[in-house]
Amino acid sequence: MKLKYDVVVVGAGPAGSMTARHAAKGGASVLMIEKKPEIGAPLRCAEGVSKEGLKKLGIMVDNSWISADVSGAKIVSPGGKVLQIDEKHAGNEVGVVLERHRFDKAMAAEAARAGAEIMLRTSAVDVIKKGGVVTGVKAKCFGEPLTIEADCVVCADGFESQVARWAGIDTSLKAGDITTCFQYRMVNIKHDPEFCEFVIGSMAPGGYVWIFPKGDDTANVGIGVLLNKLKKPGEVKSYLDRFIAKDDRLKCGQSVEAIAGGVSVCAPLDKCIGDGFLVVGDAARVIDPITGGGIVNGMITGMHAGKVIAKAVECKDFSEAALQEYETLWRDDLENKLWRNWMAKEKFLTLPDKTLDDVIETLNEVGVERVTVYNLLKAIKEKHPDLVKEFEEFL
Amino acid sequence: MLINVEKCMHCGACVGSCPQNAIFLNDIFLEFNELCNRCGRCVKACPVGALRLEAKR
Repeated sequence: MKLKYDVVVVGAGPAGSMTARHAAKGGASVLMIEKKPEIGAPLRCAEGVSKEGLKKLGIMVDNSWISADVSGAKIVSPGGKVLQIDEKHAGNEVGVVLERHRFDKAMAAEAARAGAEIMLRTSAVDVIKKGGVVTGVKAKCFGEPLTIEADCVVCADGFESQVARWAGIDTSLKAGDITTCFQYRMVNIKHDPEFCEFVIGSMAPGGYVWIFPKGDDTANVGIGVLLNKLKKPGEVKSYLDRFIAKDDRLKCGQSVEAIAGGVSVCAPLDKCIGDGFLVVGDAARVIDPITGGGIVNGMITGMHAGKVIAKAVECKDFSEAALQEYETLWRDDLENKLWRNWMAKEKFLTLPDKTLDDVIETLNEVGVERVTVYNLLKAIKEKHPDLVKEFEEFL
Repeated sequence: MLINVEKCMHCGACVGSCPQNAIFLNDIFLEFNELCNRCGRCVKACPVGALRLEAKR
């Protein structure tokens, strides 16, 4: 079978849906394909997101897709020192923990309402190129071969990031820029349901353990470990199991879901566009290298991509030059922050537990008003200028 | 590459970590194509230890 659209979006995560929505809204004919039979499932995410980020995207928080509203964050050092940042006291809008099963569907629904078509159980297996220009994708829909011709292919296939690589952009990662993750949805635990908790140190080498409240006695309890810090296959799950067994609040609980996944923690790519295609979201490696958070960043790229594509449809020009505006817009929003946080990550993963204890202790003295990486790094600069000197210009 | 299907969680961590783009995850099964150069990155990336390099024949 053969189909023809202005735009084909490969992957119906938040970045893909955002691209599809804005492109369709701007008048493009859009097909969004999703490999899985259900959008938003299975979960591959810790689900924390900032309200400010959603606001920036023009998305109103809807109670149907959040599972907890939090007051702030707790950062716990290896020796048990706690930096608690309570933003509600300051009257700030803080964060929410999503229900991605519902959130992703809600975002796809917005794309559909804007006019995008959606095909499930449809995976891209290659891109089609004519004289170096990407002109569509080869796909399989419920196992049947399908050719989708499109003036613009949007690579939104997440961490796997295969479509961009088929199209000609090398999105492959270095071992030091990959975090391997494992997470349980735990119930009957005694965590603080008001705070997202981050535990740093050698129990999660190069990463951290997170406890993100999901309402009542339930939370996402997960771990990310930097790939080049792992010694044995399957070690990341053992790290998390060990952490839970030692934590009195968690060891009384049970898991009702277990998930795994990979997260990129790299510096920004040199290029996210080409003739007839562009790359958005996790596939474009825009995840924050410090927090591992990718939802808002991904959706920002999707928003810009959709708008630029709509213009390209009007001008009937999908060349790399025409898509350059997308590159400029997303980089204005994110590039400096991604570079700064990548450099911070490179620095912090060299620090021993003792230093992390000291840092958390002194941050308590300085006080941090808002839970942002920028604010944390600014506070660190005040007491430990040596730790941030490599990327001082970004602070 | 040996895939322990009883361990694999179909998460795609190996796919995104593969420097050769040699792995394809079709929702419930993994395929390795001829681009695989047995670098072993996926073995490390797998969160549950479901992958093992086959001994060279």
